Amino acid sequence: MSRTLRGAAAIVGVADDCSPTGELEDHGRALEARMVREALADAGLDLADVDGVCHAQSAMGFAEYLGIHPRFTDSTNTGGSSFEVHAEHAAAAIAAGLAEVVVSVYAATPRSDRRAGRGGGRVPPAGPNPSAEWEWPYRLRMPMGPYALAASRHMHEFGTTSEQLAEIAVSTRAWAALNPKARFRDPISVDDVLSSPMQCSPLHLLDCCLVTDGAGAFVMTSAERARSLRAPAAYVLGAATCHDHMIVSQMPDLTTTPGAVSGPAAFSMAGVKPDDVSLLMGYDSFTITALLHLEDLGFCEKGEGGPFVAEGRTAPGGALPMNTNGGGLSYTHPGMYGMFLIVEAVRQLRGECGERQVDGAEIAVAHGSGMVLSCMSTLVLGTEATL
Amino acid sequence: MSATGPAAGPPRMVGPASPESAPFWEATRERRLVLQWCRECDRPVQYPRAVCPRCMGSALEWREASGAGRIYAATVEHRPETMGASEPYAVVLVDLAEGARLMGNLAGDPAAARVGASVRVTWEPLEDGRHLPLFELDKEAG
Repeated sequence: MSRTLRGAAAIVGVADDCSPTGELEDHGRALEARMVREALADAGLDLADVDGVCHAQSAMGFAEYLGIHPRFTDSTNTGGSSFEVHAEHAAAAIAAGLAEVVVSVYAATPRSDRRAGRGGGRVPPAGPNPSAEWEWPYRLRMPMGPYALAASRHMHEFGTTSEQLAEIAVSTRAWAALNPKARFRDPISVDDVLSSPMQCSPLHLLDCCLVTDGAGAFVMTSAERARSLRAPAAYVLGAATCHDHMIVSQMPDLTTTPGAVSGPAAFSMAGVKPDDVSLLMGYDSFTITALLHLEDLGFCEKGEGGPFVAEGRTAPGGALPMNTNGGGLSYTHPGMYGMFLIVEAVRQLRGECGERQVDGAEIAVAHGSGMVLSCMSTLVLGTEATL
Repeated sequence: MSATGPAAGPPRMVGPASPESAPFWEATRERRLVLQWCRECDRPVQYPRAVCPRCMGSALEWREASGAGRIYAATVEHRPETMGASEPYAVVLVDLAEGARLMGNLAGDPAAARVGASVRVTWEPLEDGRHLPLFELDKEAG
Protein backbone atom coordinates (compact mmCIF):
# COMPACT_ATOMS: atom_id res chain seq x y z
CA MET A 1 0.00 0.00 0.00
CA SER A 2 1.27 3.41 -0.94
CA ARG A 3 2.47 5.52 1.97
CA THR A 4 2.76 8.73 0.02
CA LEU A 5 0.43 11.09 -1.75
CA ARG A 6 3.27 12.60 -3.75
CA GLY A 7 2.20 13.11 -7.33
CA ALA A 8 -1.12 11.27 -6.93
CA ALA A 9 -3.42 14.23 -7.35
CA ALA A 10 -3.44 17.81 -8.54
CA ILE A 11 -5.45 20.96 -8.09
CA VAL A 12 -6.75 21.84 -11.53
CA GLY A 13 -9.18 24.65 -10.87
CA VAL A 14 -9.49 27.50 -8.37
CA ALA A 15 -11.72 30.48 -7.77
CA ASP A 16 -11.98 33.14 -5.13
CA ASP A 17 -13.78 36.39 -4.64
CA CYS A 18 -13.42 39.33 -2.33
CA SER A 19 -13.50 43.06 -2.81
CA PRO A 20 -11.57 46.18 -1.84
CA THR A 21 -14.79 47.31 -0.14
CA GLY A 22 -14.64 44.21 2.05
CA GLU A 23 -18.15 43.24 0.95
CA LEU A 24 -19.63 40.97 -1.71
CA GLU A 25 -23.07 41.18 -3.35
CA ASP A 26 -24.06 37.54 -2.88
CA HIS A 27 -23.79 35.27 0.14
CA GLY A 28 -24.50 31.80 1.45
CA ARG A 29 -25.23 28.92 -0.92
CA ALA A 30 -25.50 31.24 -3.93
CA LEU A 31 -21.96 32.44 -3.36
CA GLU A 32 -20.68 28.92 -2.71
CA ALA A 33 -22.32 27.68 -5.90
CA ARG A 34 -20.78 30.51 -7.90
CA MET A 35 -17.34 29.62 -6.56
CA VAL A 36 -17.76 25.97 -7.56
CA ARG A 37 -19.00 26.98 -11.01
CA GLU A 38 -16.00 29.27 -11.51
CA ALA A 39 -13.49 26.73 -10.21
CA LEU A 40 -14.92 24.01 -12.45
CA ALA A 41 -14.84 26.36 -15.43
CA ASP A 42 -11.23 27.18 -14.57
CA ALA A 43 -10.48 23.45 -14.63
CA GLY A 44 -12.46 22.75 -17.79
CA LEU A 45 -14.70 20.33 -15.90
CA ASP A 46 -18.47 20.11 -15.34
CA LEU A 47 -20.54 19.56 -12.25
CA ALA A 48 -21.34 16.11 -13.63
CA ASP A 49 -17.65 15.23 -13.26
CA VAL A 50 -17.71 15.89 -9.50
CA ASP A 51 -17.87 12.78 -7.35
CA GLY A 52 -16.45 14.16 -4.11
CA VAL A 53 -17.46 17.16 -1.99
CA CYS A 54 -15.68 18.86 0.92
CA HIS A 55 -17.37 21.56 2.98
CA ALA A 56 -16.38 22.70 6.46
CA GLN A 57 -19.99 22.92 7.68
CA SER A 58 -22.09 20.40 5.79
CA ALA A 59 -20.92 18.63 2.66
CA MET A 60 -24.29 16.86 2.61
CA GLY A 61 -26.31 20.04 2.63
CA PHE A 62 -24.15 21.62 -0.02
CA ALA A 63 -24.23 18.56 -2.29
CA GLU A 64 -28.00 18.45 -1.96
CA TYR A 65 -28.18 22.12 -2.94
CA LEU A 66 -26.11 21.42 -6.06
CA GLY A 67 -28.11 18.28 -6.79
CA ILE A 68 -25.09 16.00 -6.90
CA HIS A 69 -24.62 12.57 -5.36
CA PRO A 70 -20.96 12.33 -4.34
CA ARG A 71 -19.32 9.05 -3.36
CA PHE A 72 -16.72 10.86 -1.25
CA THR A 73 -17.82 13.33 1.42
CA ASP A 74 -15.85 15.33 3.97
CA SER A 75 -17.30 17.87 6.41
CA THR A 76 -14.12 18.18 8.45
CA ASN A 77 -13.94 21.48 10.30
CA THR A 78 -10.60 22.35 11.88
CA GLY A 79 -11.27 26.07 11.68
CA GLY A 80 -9.14 28.05 9.24
CA SER A 81 -7.04 25.05 8.23
CA SER A 82 -10.11 23.08 7.12
CA PHE A 83 -9.31 23.49 3.43
CA GLU A 84 -5.74 22.25 3.67
CA VAL A 85 -7.17 19.24 5.51
CA HIS A 86 -9.76 18.85 2.75
CA ALA A 87 -6.96 18.90 0.17
CA GLU A 88 -5.06 16.24 2.10
CA HIS A 89 -8.15 14.05 2.45
CA ALA A 90 -9.16 14.59 -1.17
CA ALA A 91 -5.69 13.60 -2.39
CA ALA A 92 -5.84 10.47 -0.24
CA ALA A 93 -9.33 9.63 -1.53
CA ILE A 94 -8.23 10.12 -5.13
CA ALA A 95 -5.08 8.05 -4.56
CA ALA A 96 -7.20 5.27 -3.09
CA GLY A 97 -9.75 5.38 -5.88
CA LEU A 98 -12.59 6.61 -3.68
CA ALA A 99 -13.19 9.62 -5.90
CA GLU A 100 -11.84 11.18 -9.07
CA VAL A 101 -12.94 14.83 -9.00
CA VAL A 102 -13.31 16.52 -5.60
CA VAL A 103 -14.40 20.08 -4.91
CA SER A 104 -13.95 22.03 -1.70
CA VAL A 105 -15.77 25.31 -1.20
CA TYR A 106 -15.98 28.11 1.33
CA ALA A 107 -17.96 31.31 1.61
CA ALA A 108 -18.49 33.68 4.51
CA THR A 109 -19.74 37.26 4.50
CA PRO A 110 -19.37 38.54 8.05
CA ARG A 111 -19.04 42.14 6.95
CA SER A 112 -22.18 42.41 4.84
CA ASP A 113 -24.05 40.07 7.21
CA ARG A 114 -23.54 42.58 9.98
CA ARG A 115 -24.81 45.46 7.87
CA ALA A 116 -27.77 43.44 6.58
CA GLY A 117 -28.64 42.10 10.05
CA ARG A 118 -28.18 38.51 8.89
CA GLY A 119 -27.16 35.81 11.30
CA GLY A 120 -26.88 35.94 15.06
CA GLY A 121 -24.26 36.30 17.74
CA ARG A 122 -22.36 33.48 19.38
CA VAL A 123 -24.67 31.07 21.10
CA PRO A 124 -23.12 29.11 23.93
CA PRO A 125 -23.38 25.38 23.33
CA ALA A 126 -25.67 23.51 25.69
CA GLY A 127 -24.14 21.55 28.53
CA PRO A 128 -20.61 21.49 29.94
CA ASN A 129 -17.71 22.31 27.68
CA PRO A 130 -14.13 23.06 28.62
CA SER A 131 -13.99 26.43 26.93
CA ALA A 132 -17.07 27.78 28.74
CA GLU A 133 -15.89 26.36 32.04
CA TRP A 134 -12.18 27.21 32.07
CA GLU A 135 -11.74 30.21 29.76
CA TRP A 136 -14.93 32.18 29.15
CA PRO A 137 -15.14 33.46 32.75
CA TYR A 138 -11.92 35.42 32.21
CA ARG A 139 -13.13 37.39 29.19
CA LEU A 140 -10.30 36.48 26.85
CA ARG A 141 -11.34 38.12 23.57
CA MET A 142 -11.64 35.80 20.63
CA PRO A 143 -9.88 35.30 18.41
CA MET A 144 -6.98 37.63 19.26
CA GLY A 145 -6.64 36.78 22.96
CA PRO A 146 -4.97 33.39 22.56
CA TYR A 147 -2.57 34.77 19.94
CA ALA A 148 -1.69 37.64 22.26
CA LEU A 149 -0.86 35.09 24.95
CA ALA A 150 1.37 33.22 22.48
CA ALA A 151 3.10 36.45 21.48
CA SER A 152 3.74 37.34 25.13
CA ARG A 153 5.37 33.98 25.72
CA HIS A 154 7.46 34.19 22.56
CA MET A 155 8.69 37.64 23.58
CA HIS A 156 9.54 36.35 27.06
CA GLU A 157 11.44 33.29 25.87
CA PHE A 158 13.19 34.67 22.80
CA GLY A 159 13.22 38.43 23.12
CA THR A 160 10.97 38.89 20.11
CA THR A 161 9.82 42.51 19.80
CA SER A 162 6.70 44.32 18.65
CA GLU A 163 8.86 45.92 15.94
CA GLN A 164 9.72 42.49 14.58
CA LEU A 165 6.08 41.41 14.54
CA ALA A 166 5.24 44.67 12.80
CA GLU A 167 7.72 43.85 10.02
CA ILE A 168 5.41 41.01 9.01
CA ALA A 169 2.43 43.35 8.68
CA VAL A 170 4.54 45.82 6.68
CA SER A 171 5.87 43.18 4.27
CA THR A 172 2.42 41.66 3.81
CA ARG A 173 0.95 45.06 3.02
CA ALA A 174 3.65 45.53 0.37
CA TRP A 175 2.33 42.38 -1.33
CA ALA A 176 -1.24 43.64 -1.04
CA ALA A 177 -0.21 46.82 -2.83
CA LEU A 178 0.38 44.60 -5.88
CA ASN A 179 -3.05 42.94 -5.70
CA PRO A 180 -5.97 44.98 -7.12
CA LYS A 181 -8.51 42.91 -5.14
CA ALA A 182 -6.89 43.47 -1.75
CA ARG A 183 -8.85 45.24 0.95
CA PHE A 184 -5.95 47.50 1.99
CA ARG A 185 -3.20 48.49 -0.45
CA ASP A 186 -1.60 51.65 0.94
CA PRO A 187 1.91 51.04 2.25
CA ILE A 188 2.40 51.02 6.02
CA SER A 189 5.47 51.38 8.22
CA VAL A 190 6.58 49.70 11.41
CA ASP A 191 5.65 52.91 13.20
CA ASP A 192 2.14 52.75 11.71
CA VAL A 193 1.70 49.28 13.20
CA LEU A 194 3.08 50.29 16.59
CA SER A 195 0.91 53.41 16.73
CA SER A 196 -2.27 51.58 15.74
CA PRO A 197 -4.56 51.02 18.74
CA MET A 198 -3.50 48.29 21.14
CA GLN A 199 -6.02 45.45 21.21
CA CYS A 200 -4.93 42.52 23.36
CA SER A 201 -1.34 43.37 24.31
CA PRO A 202 1.12 42.93 22.74
CA LEU A 203 -0.99 42.87 19.56
CA HIS A 204 -1.90 46.17 17.89
CA LEU A 205 -4.76 46.61 15.44
CA LEU A 206 -2.41 46.23 12.46
CA ASP A 207 -1.08 42.96 13.91
CA CYS A 208 -4.59 41.56 13.40
CA CYS A 209 -6.30 40.15 10.33
CA LEU A 210 -9.21 41.80 8.58
CA VAL A 211 -12.89 41.00 8.83
CA THR A 212 -14.21 40.84 5.26
CA ASP A 213 -16.54 38.92 3.01
CA GLY A 214 -14.81 36.29 0.93
CA ALA A 215 -15.28 32.99 -0.84
CA GLY A 216 -13.30 30.43 -2.75
CA ALA A 217 -13.16 26.91 -4.13
CA PHE A 218 -10.70 24.42 -5.52
CA VAL A 219 -11.07 21.34 -7.72
CA MET A 220 -8.73 18.38 -7.33
CA THR A 221 -8.41 15.36 -9.56
CA SER A 222 -5.97 12.55 -10.27
CA ALA A 223 -2.60 13.47 -11.73
CA GLU A 224 -3.46 11.35 -14.73
CA ARG A 225 -6.66 13.25 -15.45
CA ALA A 226 -4.98 16.57 -14.69
CA ARG A 227 -2.68 16.07 -17.66
CA SER A 228 -5.68 15.87 -19.98
CA LEU A 229 -7.00 19.27 -18.86
CA ARG A 230 -6.10 22.55 -20.46
CA ALA A 231 -4.73 24.61 -17.56
CA PRO A 232 -1.41 23.86 -15.85
CA ALA A 233 -2.03 21.81 -12.72
CA ALA A 234 -0.59 22.23 -9.23
CA TYR A 235 0.45 18.78 -8.11
CA VAL A 236 0.20 17.62 -4.51
CA LEU A 237 3.75 16.83 -3.44
CA GLY A 238 3.11 16.49 0.28
CA ALA A 239 0.35 16.92 2.84
CA ALA A 240 0.19 16.46 6.60
CA THR A 241 -1.92 17.63 9.55
CA CYS A 242 -1.57 17.74 13.32
CA HIS A 243 -3.60 19.20 16.17
CA ASP A 244 -2.48 19.29 19.77
CA HIS A 245 -5.29 21.15 21.58
CA MET A 246 -8.65 22.78 21.09
CA ILE A 247 -8.58 25.61 23.66
CA VAL A 248 -5.50 27.69 24.34
CA SER A 249 -5.16 26.80 28.02
CA GLN A 250 -4.57 23.22 26.85
CA MET A 251 -1.86 24.14 24.31
CA PRO A 252 1.30 22.33 25.45
CA ASP A 253 3.76 25.09 24.44
CA LEU A 254 2.51 28.47 23.29
CA THR A 255 5.66 29.07 21.26
CA THR A 256 5.47 25.86 19.21
CA THR A 257 2.46 24.96 17.12
CA PRO A 258 1.56 21.52 15.76
CA GLY A 259 2.96 22.87 12.49
CA ALA A 260 6.27 21.62 13.87
CA VAL A 261 4.81 18.16 13.19
CA SER A 262 2.72 18.76 10.05
CA GLY A 263 5.35 20.88 8.31
CA PRO A 264 8.30 18.48 8.43
CA ALA A 265 5.97 15.57 7.63
CA ALA A 266 4.60 17.28 4.53
CA PHE A 267 8.07 18.43 3.43
CA SER A 268 9.41 14.92 3.92
CA MET A 269 6.62 13.44 1.80
CA ALA A 270 7.31 16.05 -0.86
CA GLY A 271 11.06 15.50 -0.70
CA VAL A 272 11.72 19.20 -0.33
CA LYS A 273 13.56 21.42 2.12
CA PRO A 274 12.59 24.92 3.17
CA ASP A 275 15.26 26.30 0.81
CA ASP A 276 13.45 24.69 -2.13
CA VAL A 277 10.21 26.59 -1.46
CA SER A 278 9.39 29.37 -3.94
CA LEU A 279 6.70 30.93 -1.78
CA LEU A 280 5.01 30.33 1.55
CA MET A 281 1.32 30.95 2.01
CA GLY A 282 1.30 30.80 5.82
CA TYR A 283 -1.98 31.61 7.53
CA ASP A 284 -1.58 35.10 8.98
CA SER A 285 -4.50 35.54 11.33
CA PHE A 286 -2.08 37.68 13.32
CA THR A 287 1.54 38.64 12.82
CA ILE A 288 2.60 36.20 15.54
CA THR A 289 0.84 33.36 13.68
CA ALA A 290 3.00 33.87 10.59
CA LEU A 291 6.14 34.16 12.71
CA LEU A 292 5.42 30.83 14.39
CA HIS A 293 4.93 29.18 10.98
CA LEU A 294 8.36 30.34 9.81
CA GLU A 295 9.96 28.66 12.80
CA ASP A 296 7.83 25.53 12.93
CA LEU A 297 8.19 24.82 9.21
CA GLY A 298 11.97 25.14 9.50
CA PHE A 299 12.57 28.35 7.56
CA CYS A 300 14.50 29.45 10.64
CA GLU A 301 15.32 28.08 14.07
CA LYS A 302 12.85 28.23 16.95
CA GLY A 303 13.07 31.68 18.48
CA GLU A 304 14.74 33.21 15.41
CA GLY A 305 11.53 34.31 13.68
CA GLY A 306 11.93 37.91 14.80
CA PRO A 307 15.35 38.51 13.25
CA PHE A 308 14.34 36.39 10.23
CA VAL A 309 11.53 38.70 9.11
CA ALA A 310 13.65 41.87 9.36
CA GLU A 311 14.60 43.93 6.31
CA GLY A 312 11.74 42.72 4.19
CA ARG A 313 12.87 39.13 3.84
CA THR A 314 9.24 38.03 3.25
CA ALA A 315 8.28 41.14 1.21
CA PRO A 316 8.28 41.53 -2.58
CA GLY A 317 11.88 41.11 -3.69
CA GLY A 318 12.80 39.31 -0.45
CA ALA A 319 14.39 35.88 -0.18
CA LEU A 320 11.16 34.19 0.96
CA PRO A 321 7.97 35.55 -0.62
CA MET A 322 5.26 35.07 2.00
CA ASN A 323 1.53 35.68 1.62
CA THR A 324 1.82 37.11 -1.84
CA ASN A 325 -1.89 37.90 -2.16
CA GLY A 326 -1.63 40.31 0.78
CA GLY A 327 -2.65 37.72 3.34
CA GLY A 328 -5.30 37.71 5.98
CA LEU A 329 -3.70 40.92 7.22
CA SER A 330 -4.39 42.94 4.06
CA TYR A 331 -6.13 40.88 1.34
CA THR A 332 -9.18 39.24 2.87
CA HIS A 333 -10.17 37.32 6.00
CA PRO A 334 -13.76 36.09 6.20
CA GLY A 335 -13.13 33.81 9.20
CA MET A 336 -11.67 30.57 7.82
CA TYR A 337 -9.01 31.92 5.49
CA GLY A 338 -7.23 28.67 4.57
CA MET A 339 -9.01 28.42 1.22
CA PHE A 340 -7.28 31.57 -0.03
CA LEU A 341 -3.84 30.14 0.77
CA ILE A 342 -4.47 27.31 -1.67
CA VAL A 343 -5.99 29.52 -4.36
CA GLU A 344 -2.99 31.87 -4.33
CA ALA A 345 -0.47 29.01 -4.21
CA VAL A 346 -2.04 27.47 -7.32
CA ARG A 347 -2.18 30.77 -9.18
CA GLN A 348 1.47 31.47 -8.41
CA LEU A 349 2.52 28.03 -9.69
CA ARG A 350 0.54 28.71 -12.87
CA GLY A 351 2.17 32.11 -13.31
CA GLU A 352 -1.15 33.97 -13.24
CA CYS A 353 -0.37 36.59 -10.60
CA GLY A 354 0.55 39.62 -12.67
CA GLU A 355 2.47 42.27 -10.76
CA ARG A 356 2.88 40.10 -7.70
CA GLN A 357 4.01 37.00 -9.58
CA VAL A 358 6.96 35.22 -7.99
CA ASP A 359 9.41 34.60 -10.83
CA GLY A 360 9.88 30.94 -11.60
CA ALA A 361 7.62 29.69 -8.83
CA GLU A 362 7.93 25.90 -8.75
CA ILE A 363 7.05 24.87 -5.19
CA ALA A 364 4.42 26.60 -3.07
CA VAL A 365 3.43 25.76 0.50
CA ALA A 366 -0.08 26.43 1.79
CA HIS A 367 0.06 26.15 5.58
CA GLY A 368 -3.29 26.45 7.32
CA SER A 369 -3.83 27.28 10.97
CA GLY A 370 -7.12 26.41 12.60
CA MET A 371 -8.91 27.51 15.77
CA VAL A 372 -6.39 29.01 18.25
CA LEU A 373 -3.09 27.68 16.86
CA SER A 374 -4.80 24.33 17.36
CA CYS A 375 -4.77 22.47 14.05
CA MET A 376 -2.03 22.96 11.48
CA SER A 377 -2.22 21.46 8.04
CA THR A 378 0.58 21.77 5.51
CA LEU A 379 0.10 21.31 1.78
CA VAL A 380 3.12 21.29 -0.55
CA LEU A 381 2.22 21.93 -4.17
CA GLY A 382 4.47 21.90 -7.22
CA THR A 383 4.45 22.39 -10.95
CA GLU A 384 4.64 19.40 -13.29
CA ALA A 385 8.40 19.95 -13.49
CA THR A 386 8.75 19.11 -9.79
CA LEU A 387 7.24 15.64 -10.06
CA MET B 1 -12.88 41.21 45.06
CA SER B 2 -11.25 43.56 42.63
CA ALA B 3 -13.04 46.88 42.29
CA THR B 4 -11.91 47.37 38.71
CA GLY B 5 -11.21 45.20 35.71
CA PRO B 6 -13.51 42.36 34.77
CA ALA B 7 -15.34 42.37 38.08
CA ALA B 8 -16.59 45.86 37.31
CA GLY B 9 -18.49 44.59 34.28
CA PRO B 10 -21.69 42.57 34.05
CA PRO B 11 -21.81 39.10 35.65
CA ARG B 12 -19.17 36.74 34.31
CA MET B 13 -20.21 33.97 31.99
CA VAL B 14 -19.21 30.81 33.81
CA GLY B 15 -20.09 27.61 32.00
CA PRO B 16 -21.71 24.69 33.81
CA ALA B 17 -19.46 22.18 35.55
CA SER B 18 -19.08 18.72 34.11
CA PRO B 19 -19.67 15.68 36.34
CA GLU B 20 -15.89 15.28 36.53
CA SER B 21 -15.17 18.88 37.47
CA ALA B 22 -17.93 19.29 40.08
CA PRO B 23 -15.53 18.67 43.02
CA PHE B 24 -13.32 21.53 41.82
CA TRP B 25 -16.20 23.96 41.92
CA GLU B 26 -17.64 22.63 45.19
CA ALA B 27 -14.28 23.26 46.88
CA THR B 28 -14.37 26.87 45.73
CA ARG B 29 -17.32 27.43 48.09
CA GLU B 30 -14.68 27.23 50.84
CA ARG B 31 -12.08 29.11 48.77
CA ARG B 32 -10.07 25.94 48.43
CA LEU B 33 -8.15 25.16 45.23
CA VAL B 34 -8.18 21.44 44.53
CA LEU B 35 -6.82 19.57 41.54
CA GLN B 36 -7.65 16.21 40.06
CA TRP B 37 -4.65 13.87 40.08
CA CYS B 38 -3.88 10.63 38.31
CA ARG B 39 -2.57 8.15 40.87
CA GLU B 40 -0.73 6.16 38.19
CA CYS B 41 1.14 9.14 36.70
CA ASP B 42 1.25 11.05 40.01
CA ARG B 43 0.50 14.20 38.06
CA PRO B 44 -2.46 16.60 38.01
CA VAL B 45 -5.17 16.36 35.37
CA GLN B 46 -6.45 19.76 34.33
CA TYR B 47 -9.16 20.15 33.18
CA PRO B 48 -10.75 17.28 35.12
CA ARG B 49 -11.65 14.23 33.07
CA ALA B 50 -13.09 10.74 33.45
CA VAL B 51 -9.75 9.32 32.34
CA CYS B 52 -6.16 10.53 32.58
CA PRO B 53 -5.10 12.10 29.25
CA ARG B 54 -1.64 10.57 29.61
CA CYS B 55 -2.27 6.95 30.61
CA MET B 56 -6.05 6.63 30.17
CA GLY B 57 -6.20 5.36 33.73
CA SER B 58 -9.26 6.03 35.82
CA ALA B 59 -7.57 5.99 39.23
CA LEU B 60 -8.18 9.69 39.78
CA GLU B 61 -8.40 11.58 43.04
CA TRP B 62 -8.64 15.12 44.36
CA ARG B 63 -5.78 16.82 46.18
CA GLU B 64 -5.36 20.24 47.72
CA ALA B 65 -3.25 22.64 45.67
CA SER B 66 -0.88 25.25 47.05
CA GLY B 67 -2.39 28.02 44.93
CA ALA B 68 1.10 29.24 44.05
CA GLY B 69 2.40 29.53 40.54
CA ARG B 70 4.04 31.65 37.87
CA ILE B 71 2.57 33.56 34.97
CA TYR B 72 3.26 31.56 31.81
CA ALA B 73 1.65 34.01 29.36
CA ALA B 74 -0.21 37.28 29.74
CA THR B 75 -2.29 39.76 27.79
CA VAL B 76 -4.03 42.99 28.72
CA GLU B 77 -7.38 43.72 27.08
CA HIS B 78 -7.18 47.33 25.93
CA ARG B 79 -10.69 47.34 24.47
CA PRO B 80 -12.61 46.12 27.54
CA GLU B 81 -15.88 47.44 26.16
CA THR B 82 -15.75 44.75 23.46
CA MET B 83 -16.04 42.21 26.25
CA GLY B 84 -18.61 44.03 28.36
CA ALA B 85 -16.07 45.33 30.88
CA SER B 86 -15.30 48.92 31.78
CA GLU B 87 -11.57 48.91 32.56
CA PRO B 88 -8.54 47.21 30.98
CA TYR B 89 -7.81 43.85 32.58
CA ALA B 90 -5.18 41.15 32.36
CA VAL B 91 -5.81 37.57 31.28
CA VAL B 92 -3.07 35.19 32.31
CA LEU B 93 -2.13 31.56 31.97
CA VAL B 94 -0.60 30.41 35.24
CA ASP B 95 1.56 27.34 35.71
CA LEU B 96 0.78 26.14 39.22
CA ALA B 97 3.56 24.68 41.36
CA GLU B 98 1.85 21.29 41.04
CA GLY B 99 2.27 21.31 37.24
CA ALA B 100 -1.24 22.22 36.12
CA ARG B 101 -2.01 25.29 34.01
CA LEU B 102 -5.01 27.53 34.72
CA MET B 103 -6.34 30.58 32.96
CA GLY B 104 -7.28 33.49 35.17
CA ASN B 105 -7.37 37.22 35.55
CA LEU B 106 -4.74 39.07 37.50
CA ALA B 107 -6.42 41.05 40.26
CA GLY B 108 -5.20 44.62 40.64
CA ASP B 109 -3.11 46.62 38.18
CA PRO B 110 -3.16 44.85 34.81
CA ALA B 111 0.25 46.35 33.96
CA ALA B 112 1.71 44.04 36.62
CA ALA B 113 0.88 40.99 34.51
CA ARG B 114 4.42 40.04 33.46
CA VAL B 115 5.41 36.63 32.19
CA GLY B 116 7.42 34.85 34.85
CA ALA B 117 5.95 36.74 37.81
CA SER B 118 5.02 34.73 40.91
CA VAL B 119 1.33 34.69 41.75
CA ARG B 120 -1.09 33.18 44.22
CA VAL B 121 -4.70 32.23 43.81
CA THR B 122 -7.35 34.62 45.05
CA TRP B 123 -11.11 34.31 44.88
CA GLU B 124 -14.01 36.25 43.44
CA PRO B 125 -17.46 35.35 44.75
CA LEU B 126 -20.02 34.07 42.27
CA GLU B 127 -23.73 34.63 42.84
CA ASP B 128 -24.39 30.96 43.67
CA GLY B 129 -21.89 30.77 46.54
CA ARG B 130 -19.06 29.30 44.50
CA HIS B 131 -15.92 31.32 43.84
CA LEU B 132 -13.99 31.97 40.70
CA PRO B 133 -10.24 31.46 41.01
CA LEU B 134 -8.19 34.52 40.01
CA PHE B 135 -4.57 35.35 40.69
CA GLU B 136 -2.69 38.11 42.48
CA LEU B 137 0.99 38.93 42.55
CA ASP B 138 2.83 36.98 45.25
CA LYS B 139 5.27 39.62 46.48
CA GLU B 140 6.77 37.31 49.10
CA ALA B 141 7.76 34.77 46.46
CA GLY B 142 9.38 37.55 44.43
